Amino acid sequence: MSQKHTVKSYDDDLKQLRALIAQMGGIAEAQILSAIEALQRRDADLALRVIEMDISLDNLESDVEKMTVNLIALRAPMADDLREIISALKISALLERIGDYAKNIAKRTSVLAQYAAIEPMIIIPEMGRMVSRMMSAVMGAYSSRDSVSARKIWAQDRDVDNFYNSIFRTLLTHMMENPHHITLSTHLLFIAKNIERIGDHVTNISEIIHYNVTGNVIPDVRPKGDMTSYVFNPASIQDEK
Amino acid sequence: MNKQDVSAVKMTALNCNVYYNEKQAIKDVTIDIRADEVTAFIGPSGCGKSTFLRCLNRMNDTIAGCRVTGDIKLDGEDIYGKAMDVVQLRARVGMVFQKPNPFPKSIYENIAYGPRIHGLISNKTGLDEVVKNSLQKAGLWEEVKDRLNESGTALSGGQQQRLCIARAIAVNPEVILMDEPCSALDPIATAKIEELIEELRGRYAIVIVTHNMQQAARVSQKTAFFHLGSMVEYGATTDIFTNPRKERTKDYITGRYG
Repeated sequence: MSQKHTVKSYDDDLKQLRALIAQMGGIAEAQILSAIEALQRRDADLALRVIEMDISLDNLESDVEKMTVNLIALRAPMADDLREIISALKISALLERIGDYAKNIAKRTSVLAQYAAIEPMIIIPEMGRMVSRMMSAVMGAYSSRDSVSARKIWAQDRDVDNFYNSIFRTLLTHMMENPHHITLSTHLLFIAKNIERIGDHVTNISEIIHYNVTGNVIPDVRPKGDMTSYVFNPASIQDEK
Repeated sequence: MNKQDVSAVKMTALNCNVYYNEKQAIKDVTIDIRADEVTAFIGPSGCGKSTFLRCLNRMNDTIAGCRVTGDIKLDGEDIYGKAMDVVQLRARVGMVFQKPNPFPKSIYENIAYGPRIHGLISNKTGLDEVVKNSLQKAGLWEEVKDRLNESGTALSGGQQQRLCIARAIAVNPEVILMDEPCSALDPIATAKIEELIEELRGRYAIVIVTHNMQQAARVSQKTAFFHLGSMVEYGATTDIFTNPRKERTKDYITGRYG
């Protein structure tokens, strides 16, 4: 924001809105990291804490919603202010959803904690950390209004998709070879899918940041690398280049 | 610009400058006013938007010490040229002011006066027709049809303003200039004027000066932002209000000005 508004309380409102989004981003990121850690350590207590954390994101989302409606009704925002407010509304919904995915990972983790670890369990946390790094970077881009970083993060979604393709292939093969691991593997597959979905949402957030800052949408076609919807034979999954 | 666009241009100003004695009020403004659109001029007080509006039908001629340079054309014809009849020009380019200013005459006479002195119509039946037609176009007919002989000044503010619009319409203008037409009206009367502007769009080129940015956003298709006598930015209204290109425009419309 280049210059201050003539009506100072308007600036305070916008600052508060941005602070709410930053807070949501922080919680969502912590949820992802904790969910991943719980999975890695097969720690049911930590998983439970992740599940309990989710309510605070839901409450914050509803705060953001109230605040944006008030701002629109009372301030009649224009231009970059309008984009700022609409962006906050959309980002808060995405962050809330990201929290839900983390919560779902945690729920499945409490089941997995009862089984012995299997080999694919080791690489999923790596994918989770990749996505949490993107998450942290995207919130940084939000705070610093950095459309260039936002665009870089946006391009990283392909790596997440490729990671997911590889896990999908591994798990399918694993299930074929060890049918008594199917329950476990299915949970892991959903966990990987949840992480992949978080990556998609982070990509959406970077698009919104780009629009918020520049007033323009990212001109490129969005990278789409998740090929698993078309799979018949696991060996046929090819990574997108 | 394609051919169709050129044909829709009603008025053009090219490098227009306006001086009040030594003081320059308008600096090098170039703009096209399209026949099929509402154009809004916005900007802080004293930015020159009303001064520029008043150049478009030579209302500034009446101000001592006011000098206009550059070209302003109506259908390609120089309105400051020797051949231009100013009275005729002001019939073709009508004007509605900030404060409603009906003549202290009957509602009927307020409308009939223009067509009569311009010699457009003289017989009673013809005038009746014009009065009814103009009041209908201005959305006032239903409210006043039974009291056409009452004084125009007895109407409410919003009705008076619509009467003034009907009066402008009665002489068959091509362009209607509105200088803050709603600033003296309540929100309901304002909404009626805005609805009227929407209905008149397409039949007349409309230029509106307004301090109310929401109003500019609601009624216009093109918006020009004036600041310190210059036209800072001109473009599609949706672009100006969602993604202005110039920092000064952004600061003004978002309430960060000065």
